[in-house]
Amino acid sequence: MNKIMIGLLLCLAPVVVWSDAQKGLEIMQEVDRRDLGWQDMVAELKMVLKNKNGDEHTRRLRIKTLEMKNDGDKSLSIFDSPRDVKGTAFLSFTHALEADEQWLYLPALKRVKRISSSNKSGPFLGSEFSFEDLTSFELKKYQYNYLRDEVVNGVDCFVIESYPQYEYSGYTRTQAWIDKQRYIPIKIDYYDRKDALLKTQTFSDYQQYLGQYWRAGTVLMSNHLTGKSTALLWEKYTFRNGLTARNFDKNTLKRSR
Amino acid sequence: MMLWGFIKYLLLRLKIPLFLHVLFMFNALLHPAYAWEVSGYVGIEDLAFINKPIVPQQHMNYVSGVIEAELYHEWDNGNQIFAFVPFMRVSQYDSNRTHFDIRELTWLIVSDAWELRLGIRKEFWGVTESNHLVDIINQRDTVENSDGEDKLGQPMLNFAWIQDWGTLDAFILPGFRKRTFAGEEGRLRFPVPVDNSEARFDKSGFARQVAYALRWSHSIGDWDLGVSHFYGTSRDPIFKVEQAANGAVKVIPHYQNINQTGLDVQATIDSWLWKLEAIVRVSNIDTTFASTAGFEYTFYNIADSGLDIGLLTEYLFDSRGRHAPTLFQDDFFAGMRFALNDVQDTQILMGVMIDRTTQAQFYNVEASRRFFDSFKLEVEARFFNGAPRYDLAYFLRQDSHFRIELSYHF
Repeated sequence: MNKIMIGLLLCLAPVVVWSDAQKGLEIMQEVDRRDLGWQDMVAELKMVLKNKNGDEHTRRLRIKTLEMKNDGDKSLSIFDSPRDVKGTAFLSFTHALEADEQWLYLPALKRVKRISSSNKSGPFLGSEFSFEDLTSFELKKYQYNYLRDEVVNGVDCFVIESYPQYEYSGYTRTQAWIDKQRYIPIKIDYYDRKDALLKTQTFSDYQQYLGQYWRAGTVLMSNHLTGKSTALLWEKYTFRNGLTARNFDKNTLKRSR
Repeated sequence: MMLWGFIKYLLLRLKIPLFLHVLFMFNALLHPAYAWEVSGYVGIEDLAFINKPIVPQQHMNYVSGVIEAELYHEWDNGNQIFAFVPFMRVSQYDSNRTHFDIRELTWLIVSDAWELRLGIRKEFWGVTESNHLVDIINQRDTVENSDGEDKLGQPMLNFAWIQDWGTLDAFILPGFRKRTFAGEEGRLRFPVPVDNSEARFDKSGFARQVAYALRWSHSIGDWDLGVSHFYGTSRDPIFKVEQAANGAVKVIPHYQNINQTGLDVQATIDSWLWKLEAIVRVSNIDTTFASTAGFEYTFYNIADSGLDIGLLTEYLFDSRGRHAPTLFQDDFFAGMRFALNDVQDTQILMGVMIDRTTQAQFYNVEASRRFFDSFKLEVEARFFNGAPRYDLAYFLRQDSHFRIELSYHF
């Protein structure tokens, strides 16, 4: 009897795993599909870095993003503060599995520097966000697994596990709570290379733009190991500004500020 | 076709600047986003030498103050930009180091397929870290910092043609500017100060004053490429030592008329940056080949601490050998870059340059850190060691120094 049960379970297990992977992928495909077609996006970002003692540091950036069909997005980030790096700008062409292309503009020297995109897990501007946390979401970057349904912060969610498929990730996996109705993330847990819970990201103050696209006004990343946190406060979102690839080339990078 | 379109566009647009002052006032009132922006820094610097000077007029310690401000305005949806960047350093003792410069006074206009940049500007070309061979548009402000990364503003008309096959930049550069050199009481110089007032040139008048340059640059996958050509008065002088009638020795810079073709390439593959800069320079008296080539490899986020450590190696060559008016004609450079990626943006770059034949060494450490969000502290240490009498670096044997600058950014 036992043997039959085990045999049955062994037969069913791959089917269950497959269907969970399939369901995870389908949910994320829907997340991706619902966020297609915004074309371009411009926003202002205030980053508030807080350490264990509650000391705060603020950084201000302006970010422009161009949606690319069948490829990762292009983005241009311009730093307004701290003042000593004002005018520094960062141009990035993201790709799903190939290495991203990245350039940094240093205004004091007027120098455009091509930089390596292998730095995925390192901190961005001394914050709790690493480079990989801030690059555009591409479906092919991860393998997915549906875990369960769960209510978080009063929102009915799918819980999806994602395994990074690109090189140099600082995570073994992430676990995301996806709003069942709006198909947007409410919370993401990040597990480090030793599979220990490292960071939790929460999304709030969602607003809908162009009657379709949801954007969080506040994104909080808390590091469980260091007690530090970084809040991203997004402002002045505008979409479909008529930006083209020309707004994301090295010539534009050289005069951005 | 394109040129006609461009001229028409320009004529239409040029009407705008005539009414600028009126428009700006209204704009500033109605849309604060269009307001003029001011930013910059003020700093205090100490230049401290370790050894007694070669010449008694020189000093052990120099205090100086610096200010650089930028007045910036953009309009026409960011497609037109005006910027004015005055710079001034006031230094103790060295009258040549007390200097004022307009780093930028520029207007630029942007369209889909081109950009026109007019006025006094700074332009950077190249990829290597230890030396900047290809970078030729601006004169270097060597008196500001001996690393040669500070530059004097250059008047120019720069038209950039932006196409799928890359960017083609054409430059007309009116107004030659002499290099800055330390004065009678300054250090980091020959035993006799360079006499710029007696500077010699191959050409005179218009031909001396106006230079031309063309550059193609492009990014193809992992590769960033640039090919450039420059014709005009070289920014890099050669030096002539002469004796005056009264027996006094004079060092006179000679700015040659040159044709210089440059190539710069960087391949960015995983954590590797492979770099090459090469030039061929043809003057009346010789043809020079020079190159700097090497790599940078970075270990990112070591042990999840945020720390990046980069290893740099470059080889520097100049075909003029010992007669080259540069310290780096057959030298190896090895360096390490530390970036803590902390809230204070702490960075340290340390390197050593070793002459392959004389084994003379030049050590360089540069560290910087931010304080209280608006202050920045920079510390530089430069040590010269082991240069034999016939090496140009011999003149710097007593000039090892520390440079500390504290600046406030606004």
